[in-house]
Amino acid sequence: MRDSFVEIRPSRGLGKLGLSELWRYRDLTYFFVWRDVKVTYKQTIFGGAWAIIQPLLLMIVFTFVFGTVLNVQTPPGVPKPLFYYAGLVPWTLFSASFAAAASSLIGNATLVRKIYFPRLILPLSAMGSNCVDFLVALSFVFVMMFAYGIGLSWRVLWLPLLTLMALLTAFTMGLLISALNARYRDVRYAIPYIVQVLLFVTPLMYSSTQIPERVRPFYFLNPMAGVVEGFRWALIDAAPVPGPVTLISAAILVPVLIAGLYYFRNAERTVADVI
Amino acid sequence: MSEGLSKLYRLGTGAHMYGRLTESLSNGLKAPFRMVFRRGHEQPIEEDLWAVKDVSFEVEDGEAVGIIGRNGAGKTTLLKLLSRITEPTEGRAVLRGSVGSLLEVGTGFHPELTGRENVYLNGAIIGMTRSDINRRFNEIVEFSEMARFLDTPVKRYSSGMQVRLAFAVAAHLEPEILIVDEVLAVGDAAFQRKCLGKMGEVANQGRTVLFVSHNMSVVSRLCDRGLWMEGGRVAMQGPMENVVREYLASGGGEAARYDAGDPAAAPGNDVIRLRGVRIRDGDGRAVSSLDARRPIFVEIEYVVLQPRPLRTALRVASAEGVILFTSTDADEEDRVGVDRPPGVYVSRCEIPANLLKRGMYFITVSSSIPRVMVNFVLDNVVSFSVDQAEAVLDDNRVGLIAPSLAWEIERTARVDEQMALRDAPLAQGE
Repeated sequence: MRDSFVEIRPSRGLGKLGLSELWRYRDLTYFFVWRDVKVTYKQTIFGGAWAIIQPLLLMIVFTFVFGTVLNVQTPPGVPKPLFYYAGLVPWTLFSASFAAAASSLIGNATLVRKIYFPRLILPLSAMGSNCVDFLVALSFVFVMMFAYGIGLSWRVLWLPLLTLMALLTAFTMGLLISALNARYRDVRYAIPYIVQVLLFVTPLMYSSTQIPERVRPFYFLNPMAGVVEGFRWALIDAAPVPGPVTLISAAILVPVLIAGLYYFRNAERTVADVI
Repeated sequence: MSEGLSKLYRLGTGAHMYGRLTESLSNGLKAPFRMVFRRGHEQPIEEDLWAVKDVSFEVEDGEAVGIIGRNGAGKTTLLKLLSRITEPTEGRAVLRGSVGSLLEVGTGFHPELTGRENVYLNGAIIGMTRSDINRRFNEIVEFSEMARFLDTPVKRYSSGMQVRLAFAVAAHLEPEILIVDEVLAVGDAAFQRKCLGKMGEVANQGRTVLFVSHNMSVVSRLCDRGLWMEGGRVAMQGPMENVVREYLASGGGEAARYDAGDPAAAPGNDVIRLRGVRIRDGDGRAVSSLDARRPIFVEIEYVVLQPRPLRTALRVASAEGVILFTSTDADEEDRVGVDRPPGVYVSRCEIPANLLKRGMYFITVSSSIPRVMVNFVLDNVVSFSVDQAEAVLDDNRVGLIAPSLAWEIERTARVDEQMALRDAPLAQGE
């Protein structure tokens, strides 16, 4: 964009992450997010309400299937719908962001072939519109809490951090998958499968307290397990306090993210040829 | 600026191009063994293609460079390398200044968004900042002549309208180095002219421009220097005019003939369909380099499907874009249009010998039902160069054409008589 000097040559080795360039292209990131937000709900009847409808429908199904039919134990004194919804809100943010980031390179193939910009913008901005949806869905938690007469506590201050963790997880995974996806189309078929598996190993349909004590440390290595239970804890005190394992899983995320960034940068060089 | 820039592609089936995970894994495993077994009789991989090979050139500040060559010569790949869309396999290039590249107009246009929204989106995609776009928004809209449709989703635009809007945005990108690929080959003739004007402006503003085009008229007009690519390599570089002339002389990518191809998609309508346009010399050979001392024939072949009063016309323009003349096949019959029964026709026009000066010429052909409708217009559809240094008429004389006109030379008086008639008028009968 505003480079005063560019040298073009085959890159060798790890190279640079080019984060400063990413910052220079922030306007483009903004416009990609803006585009997704505008496009998502154009020509729809319910518009922005979809952000609430999606987790809400799942909540109804979960409450019926797991709460009533299978009679899964949930923390006493917490309305079941609220228990499920509070977990589904960050989960929806994660699964939608991951899926969007993972297919972002392929989805914008025509751009990638014709225009130069730091490709990292694509998985990054793909998550943006999901954040908007998330805020809408989250606000509905507060509405439900008000309806059930549950007050807020200081614990909600943890929400931004937990949200960030959900986003980082989605971004890290999306980054790797999108770069792989551009080269190996097999990966595309794996995306919904990955989401499905995670859906079961994340405490959405049940409470993590039902996980056997011995397995729990391993169970919480899934960052989303910590995020989902963290949301329940922060909002409605319906889960144990996030333990050190959650911190460890967050700590593991960081090196994986950095490795993912390098892998992505490496794939970026030739992505226009293979996409 | 560019030193030995090269790009290697692996060709092959789709699976090869994309690669499959298993394939890559097994190749990785086999690699060490291959080192052991294959050493010594390494086979060249036939599927390798150097799309661009050892391309070196330098562009001065403010120069406009035209890149020409046949399809598949590596022009677009070169631009992709220079605009950083893909990395070179070898070599390096240095660009000093902000770079903007337009390999396509309207990249990233979203059909669901309105014209206004797409101006912002497309502007950001091609490298403008939000404040750039805000500042130039009105100019862009004015240029596109689309103010009325600004709040209509782009999916309801005709393709011509989309191109207009897209080009208007592109035209207001102001990098120090502009890289453009054949984007002018779109839109209607009037808008194309407007775009060309804008491109000329950009080139004259001292911006550096790299411009790929198949339109020899356009490159000759806009560019100072030329780069002719052939099979991924630079075949020739130098002053644009010279490069274009050499290129055309070499067969010029079939510049001297145009085949309309598929009759259903050919220019025209249900009255008439164009089949092709050819330049021939006096011996009937289709050539693109002609002798100024001999007549030049332009053949326009078409199918008449309905008997209507038709008129086929051609227009000859110089490399500078100056229209020299227009002639129609109804002129001689001194009528507006001539009824022709259905059938295949060739309208052949003879451009007389000793008319054109040395240089490049571009022919625009059209067909119309006079005063009713235009059936097709193809701007600069074929081109040719007129050579022959020893032409009877030297090319140093001033003027657009150098016709050999009829002169009558008559001696009206002797010198001594004239002395006697010193005070009389030179010629009578005025």
